[in-house]
Amino acid sequence: MDSFAALSLFDMLSGLRRGDFSAVELTRACLARVERLEPALHTLITYTPELALEQAGAADRRYAEWRRDDPSAAWNLPPLLGIPVMIKDVLCLKGVRTTCGSKILENFIPPYTATAVQRLLDAGVAVVGKSNTDEYAMGSSTENSAYGPTHNPWDLQRVPGGSSGGSAAAVAARLVPLATGTDTGGSIRQPASYCGVTGLKPTYGRVSRYGLVAYGSSLDAVGGFARSAAEVALMVHTMAGHDPLDSTSAALPVPSYGLEGASLKGVRIGVPAEYFIEGIQPEVEQAVRAAITQMERLGAAVQPVSLPHTAYALPVYYLIAPAEASANLARYDGVRFGLRESGDAMWDVFFHSRGAGFGPEVKRRIMLGTYALSAGYYDAYYGQAQKVRTLIKQDFEQAFDMVDMVACPVAPSTAFKLGEHTDDPLAMYLEDVFTLPANLAGVPGLTFPVGFDARGLPVGMQLMGPHYKEDSLLRAAHAYQHVTDWHMRSPDLSI
Amino acid sequence: MSLTQAEVEHIAQLARLDLTEEEKARYREQLSAILDYAARLRELDTSHITPTASVLAASLPLREDEVRPGLSLQDVLSNAPQAEERQFRVPPVLE
Repeated sequence: MDSFAALSLFDMLSGLRRGDFSAVELTRACLARVERLEPALHTLITYTPELALEQAGAADRRYAEWRRDDPSAAWNLPPLLGIPVMIKDVLCLKGVRTTCGSKILENFIPPYTATAVQRLLDAGVAVVGKSNTDEYAMGSSTENSAYGPTHNPWDLQRVPGGSSGGSAAAVAARLVPLATGTDTGGSIRQPASYCGVTGLKPTYGRVSRYGLVAYGSSLDAVGGFARSAAEVALMVHTMAGHDPLDSTSAALPVPSYGLEGASLKGVRIGVPAEYFIEGIQPEVEQAVRAAITQMERLGAAVQPVSLPHTAYALPVYYLIAPAEASANLARYDGVRFGLRESGDAMWDVFFHSRGAGFGPEVKRRIMLGTYALSAGYYDAYYGQAQKVRTLIKQDFEQAFDMVDMVACPVAPSTAFKLGEHTDDPLAMYLEDVFTLPANLAGVPGLTFPVGFDARGLPVGMQLMGPHYKEDSLLRAAHAYQHVTDWHMRSPDLSI
Repeated sequence: MSLTQAEVEHIAQLARLDLTEEEKARYREQLSAILDYAARLRELDTSHITPTASVLAASLPLREDEVRPGLSLQDVLSNAPQAEERQFRVPPVLE
């Protein structure tokens, strides 16, 4: 493996501070690895090597100033200075094409930058590219990207999960130490599980959604991927916090995500029976149960809990998310931005542009959401789904009266084959059965690797906690990762 | 339940989506299956449950209505498929 690819984020940061290598050298090594592996993996929609080198050059100048002026004060360096990252292609970066994996935005150049991305830029990152995603983040495999699927680094015949599959695969393949993701129904946690990396979906409202192209506005969350909990903690902490440009962003202080001395002693972990259902791949259940036992040995108090409405999360989500999507995607009309197909009258332009520009899954969800919101069906579908959403939220509130967090599988199986579910949308939706409830309740979810199946595919575990308790989840995962090495394993990419 | 062809066409009309005959047939079948699956929500008695539109507990913040700089006209028009002077150009809206 390339020598830089073996380094952790913290190795990179200390190497840069010591001057063992420059940010430009680190970025060049990263670009070389991307160029070697990208033909097999296809993690990116837009590759931005010039931008990355320019930002790395600026980082080196900053390090040089710091060394000259005050090398003792490491704290006044931006926290991610000179670190190469990828940005999921649903987050706007001014001047760089943002497609959302859709043909309809093939030539869209955003005139502003998302707040979460701006905070990473302010922290000193070098952006290597915009990573692949299912179109408008709608999917569980990255096969719905209009720019072709991403391949799982552990088995190139398999999907990386989705929708943030490009970012998850890139971190798994050690192309970059950090990549952003977004999660509306599992789009960070499920690909993190399939690719054997650590992924954090923060509490709804913890990270600003300004500049995130909207899919399901009451569900969308911005987060990220890294190899370990400690690394993803630094990234998400950088992005988190109140933003006046997003009225749903929480006006609460973000506590330190410092994980020094993190311990599981006395942490109350609930195990919800509803997440260990029939049909789950036996190796997934075994690996997750083994990890829970390990956490118990590390001092956690494990007890059963019930989240009784879990089985209803799937129908609730697949009414609410498409309903919100059908409203959000009404803006793509071929007038102000995006693809325009010609037509004699304005109406024809709307129909033709949307018909030609959106892919099959996006059209399916727009149709479903439009139906659920239409006169005569609103109460029976959308209204009922919003009421059952309340019950799902209450399940978590009751569980968190008794425990600090719950531990469960991320997905019923490990990564499936490309093309395996593309003809059956309902089968694809079932991949999300364990990740949807966190979005409906707005609670944070953290996924990290806890083993492998017989085919050598990673198995992930999910921790979910009360609102704004990302720090508790990160500390628990860090304590587990301190004594295990699943998160250190790398796929064989001698291709 | 099974959606009719007319219902599928009505939804596509509401959503301003051109669909081919093949797409209409496929969505008719797939949406019917998904809505069948969703019908299990009716098993639950929700007559006394308040719907959740947002998980946020706090009320939404207000701010002073101050004049602030926004995007420049050039930025606003930079992605327009067709623009003319200070405007987006579109085909006729009225006959």
